[in-house]
Amino acid sequence: MLIKSHADGFQHAVSSDITPHAVYNRRRELLKGLATLAAGSGLASWAERAAFAETRWGARPGKLAALGAQASKVAGAMSLDKVTPYKDASSYNNFYEFGTDKSDPAANAHTLKTTPWSVEIEGMVKKPGKFALEDLLKLSPMEERIYRLRCVEGWSMVIPWVGYSLAELIRKVEPLGSAKYVEFVSLADPKTMPFVGSRVLDWPYAEGLRLDEAMHPLTLLSFGMYGEVLPNQSGAPVRLVVPWKYGFKSGKSIVKIRFTDKQPGTAWNKAAANEYGFYSNVNPTVDHPRWSQASERRIGEDGLFAKKRPTQMFNGYEAQVGQLYAGMDLKKFF
Amino acid sequence: MHTLVNRWLMQGWFKPTLFLLCLLPAIWLVFGAVTDNLGANPAEALLRATGDWTLRALCLVLCVTPLRTVSGLTALARTRRMLGLFVYFYAVLHLLAYSWFDMGFEVADIAKDIAKRPFILVGFAGFVLLTPLALTSFNRAIKALGARRWQALHRLVYAVAVLAVLHFFWMRAGKNNFAEVAVYALILGALLGWRLQRRLRGGLLLDWLRSRFGRQIERPRLPAGREI
Repeated sequence: MLIKSHADGFQHAVSSDITPHAVYNRRRELLKGLATLAAGSGLASWAERAAFAETRWGARPGKLAALGAQASKVAGAMSLDKVTPYKDASSYNNFYEFGTDKSDPAANAHTLKTTPWSVEIEGMVKKPGKFALEDLLKLSPMEERIYRLRCVEGWSMVIPWVGYSLAELIRKVEPLGSAKYVEFVSLADPKTMPFVGSRVLDWPYAEGLRLDEAMHPLTLLSFGMYGEVLPNQSGAPVRLVVPWKYGFKSGKSIVKIRFTDKQPGTAWNKAAANEYGFYSNVNPTVDHPRWSQASERRIGEDGLFAKKRPTQMFNGYEAQVGQLYAGMDLKKFF
Repeated sequence: MHTLVNRWLMQGWFKPTLFLLCLLPAIWLVFGAVTDNLGANPAEALLRATGDWTLRALCLVLCVTPLRTVSGLTALARTRRMLGLFVYFYAVLHLLAYSWFDMGFEVADIAKDIAKRPFILVGFAGFVLLTPLALTSFNRAIKALGARRWQALHRLVYAVAVLAVLHFFWMRAGKNNFAEVAVYALILGALLGWRLQRRLRGGLLLDWLRSRFGRQIERPRLPAGREI
């Protein structure tokens, strides 16, 4: 067909739907202009000061130590979506080591001991070893990246992470030619994590990526969010963020990274292989056996009565990561 | 003491108070929604809470007859209809929350979802079975149906209890998180088991025993007016 329609697979936003970048970038000025009109010059100068003090996503929450970063230049790393309030991002979490309810991690994770911390690199690499957290923090300049986060349960957030591409670390340890996969193992300490030992999942929590996925510049090794170090419930002190996959693929509180030639077993796949595949790319056309993945609720933004928003292929990162899966049957490799 | 409690249950203020108590969770949820106090995902909170309260109301209403029989507090019978209607009330709110927040009132999507997901189908079946019970809850319906047929119809609530637990079990199965499911299954299982055991003792079990051990076993008579 010469003329593309919704019927023949064209499902991207049409250009008229998209606010022109120039207009979008001027939105603060527009608001300030309104403030001037409404409240006179006194208030407007206050609004201006406030605008300068803020980042794109608002003021730093001021709860934890600051972690400075430069805006990332990686393609696709700076989503223009409205950022989720810190209050929601730090109180609505899945971190089963601290309980299965979304409010459990924020209530229980204070027991997690994040110092001293080190990450063991092992398996098929030329330079295996143990990296102290301090060394990881200095390994590459910190970048801020504003990523969409889509949970497999059908909700989403937009989070300003701080970290750098995992590829920076991988290059330092020099994987062998035989390495095809990377496994990420989270801490499993029954003394500080009350629900390790529950039969919900196999502990420790383990996740995995293909080496080319792990090397993709969007795959982030994250140490912070909202300009501060990670709160415990979000996976302190170091976690993975893979923005085009469902959230559970991004392991938290990582203690070991292992390079291997075999596809590693992953926590949710071991628990329910028919529901959670190894790839688990965000895909609105492949439903979870128990619910649709076609739409999602944006936490803190989509009100109670707002319709859920459509989920995007690869969570909107298709342009950056689509080629990783060229020729693959994504229904089979879900 | 016994007659005192019974008299107490017969007081004019008792039923209105019970009504308000049963309404309290709904009021609390509406208040929470209006004041934005339901956490980061209020839609999910409302959906889960209305489901929880349906299960709780179901446990309560199924308690009435065993409690009345065991304790002899006959006046408890007066609460059964209201509690039963509260089961339906919370079930309607639960279905409404699902249709609205999850499905945006898209009837086609809802129909597809019911067909596709067994746990939704089971929940919906429970709701469908509850509907005739709610519709025949008033006195004229009882008269029109006749007490026996009415009672037979209303035994559907046992099937609803099984479906409700299955619905909850399936919903939690994804996370292998069955602690809460087990609590409801235990309570509802005990309440249904009590009825089954009474029925067996009063009938099948006794017939079987008699056929094996002769006629020396007497069939006990249930006290008048105490149905199972």
